[in-house]
Amino acid sequence: MKTIIGFAVAAIAFGLLALAPFYLDAYGIGLLIGMTGYVTLASAWGLFSGRTGYVSLATVAFFGIGAYAVAALNETLPYPVILLVAAGIGLVVALIVGLATLRLAGVYFVIFTFGLAELIRQLVTWFETTVTGTLGRYIFLPLGPEHIYWQLLALCAVTLLITWWVDRSRLGMALRVIADDEVVASHIGIDIARTKIALFVISAVLITLVGAIQAPRWTYVEPAIVFNPTVSFLTLIMALLGGAARLWGPALGAIPLFILFEWLSANFPNHYSILLGLLFIVIVFLLPRGVVGLLERLRAPSAPLDQAAGTSAPAQGKAASQEVRG
Amino acid sequence: MTPLVSLRGLTRRFGGLTAVNGLSFDIVEGEVVGLLGPNGSGKTTALNMISGALKPSAGEISLRGEAIGGLSPHRVARKGVARTFQLVRILPSLTVIDNVVAALAFRSAPLWGDAARAEAEALLARVGLAGRGHEAAVQLTYIDQKRVELARALATKPSLLLLDEWLAGLNPTELRTGIDLIGSLRDGGMTILLVEHVMDAVRALCGRCIVMNAGTRIADGETGAVLKDPEVIRAYLGTDHA
Ligand SMILES: Nc1ncnc2c1ncn2[C@@H]1O[C@H](COP(=O)(O)OP(=O)(O)OP(=O)(O)O)[C@@H](O)[C@H]1O
Ligand SMILES: [Mg+2]
Repeated sequence: MKTIIGFAVAAIAFGLLALAPFYLDAYGIGLLIGMTGYVTLASAWGLFSGRTGYVSLATVAFFGIGAYAVAALNETLPYPVILLVAAGIGLVVALIVGLATLRLAGVYFVIFTFGLAELIRQLVTWFETTVTGTLGRYIFLPLGPEHIYWQLLALCAVTLLITWWVDRSRLGMALRVIADDEVVASHIGIDIARTKIALFVISAVLITLVGAIQAPRWTYVEPAIVFNPTVSFLTLIMALLGGAARLWGPALGAIPLFILFEWLSANFPNHYSILLGLLFIVIVFLLPRGVVGLLERLRAPSAPLDQAAGTSAPAQGKAASQEVRG
Repeated sequence: MTPLVSLRGLTRRFGGLTAVNGLSFDIVEGEVVGLLGPNGSGKTTALNMISGALKPSAGEISLRGEAIGGLSPHRVARKGVARTFQLVRILPSLTVIDNVVAALAFRSAPLWGDAARAEAEALLARVGLAGRGHEAAVQLTYIDQKRVELARALATKPSLLLLDEWLAGLNPTELRTGIDLIGSLRDGGMTILLVEHVMDAVRALCGRCIVMNAGTRIADGETGAVLKDPEVIRAYLGTDHA
């Protein structure tokens, strides 16, 4: 019953949001595109990082792959095919990265993912300058801002649906067990590596699609624009603020922060980065379990601690490092 | 008749230390075998190799004739080997019933949803936790956490159950209950390898005992005879159990 009401409310909310372009000017639609993009990025990020405790800074790597794939292919393939190809590239890269990072834990994973985004940016830059001889690419697609917005909104709904499904599925159970105790997880038959890679791939493909769908917003694309590391940091901080391990947590963090960032960059363009850093620190200090975690704690102060949000992750690292002999 | 599990020359070194050294034995289906030995003699290390938690440095393990030595724990678990841990390991953020459902969900014939909950309730009842599924696993007493761990191991539908001092740390009443519980598993035909220091339990439950000392097997036979073996008594001398 609760589920049905939840679905009904969500469906109405998304329905109303879909009508927004009919009442808004170009600037308003632009804001909604940015916001929906970040809600989707943060939710997709939380799907992996919030549930495994592996803090990824690879968001922009996949976002950029999606955007750049559209830039590179927009004159050769029909648009839906481009989206499929972009998703496919994201999937393959995520699989490779997932397999390569299996043995990295904690800060090593964070550094690897950060390095990955930079590496991919440099590779694309190198390829463009030395092989194709271009510095950037133009995107000419007959898509109005409202089309981009509707696609993003649909992707956002799909992301939330997938997250909802994961949390109820055996995959979600596997994640909770892994977060609790990797030794127990493996001894009851859970393939830890496969579980984590599956989730990483799902998350990465969704992130790639955000980049691909948003790409036509820029008519001119170059690696420095679409592989901007700020995207990774913003996504992370939004998800953490809201509560990365919860269905609605990342959205709850993304909406106010997006509005705040817009306001900051409009009013304090020179101090934007400093303010961003400060905010980052404040959030991690005050709300390590996110807003949703805070609400839950207020509601049920004695309840056993549930799964940790992104930052307090190493619950699982700790268990994993304990000797099996006990 | 092929044994259910068979160890051949199983060896594990940690740096210069050989914790298990050329261990060989067979267990046939339905046997309850005690694995004894003083502290540090390599019992847990042997169990860890059988369950896949540690890779053997040398030697073979086979389950129904199929080599399983060196496989990762989830593979071994799905082939029908379940275990409990010397220091109890429950899943602290899950409820009692979810601790068991988690194991049902990933065995080779998985259960999920209502079927899993019903089966989990039945398993909890079997270990003496009927109707306590909704409780938080961390808030249970020590013996009840051990019960959860046992129910979780049983949930994987094991053909071989490895118990690492499952009875340690229980008071006399709890011990009685615990022995009866394992006895009921034995009567149900479960094959069990039981690492245990509590000799009353060993006598009550195990028809056969294997004794290790410093990584090697020093005795293997009928429990009464093994416990009288002078070499076994010597190995145990100076340790605090009888
Ligand atoms: N992961 C490990 N790394 C290094 N040495 C280890 C490791 N595990 C066990 N050992 C060593 O191997 C030897 C055997 O240990 P093991 O835990 O198997 O003994 P045990 O027979 O289970 O003892 P107890 O009765 O105290 O549980 C000990 O000397 C122990 O210190
Ligand atoms: Mg031991």
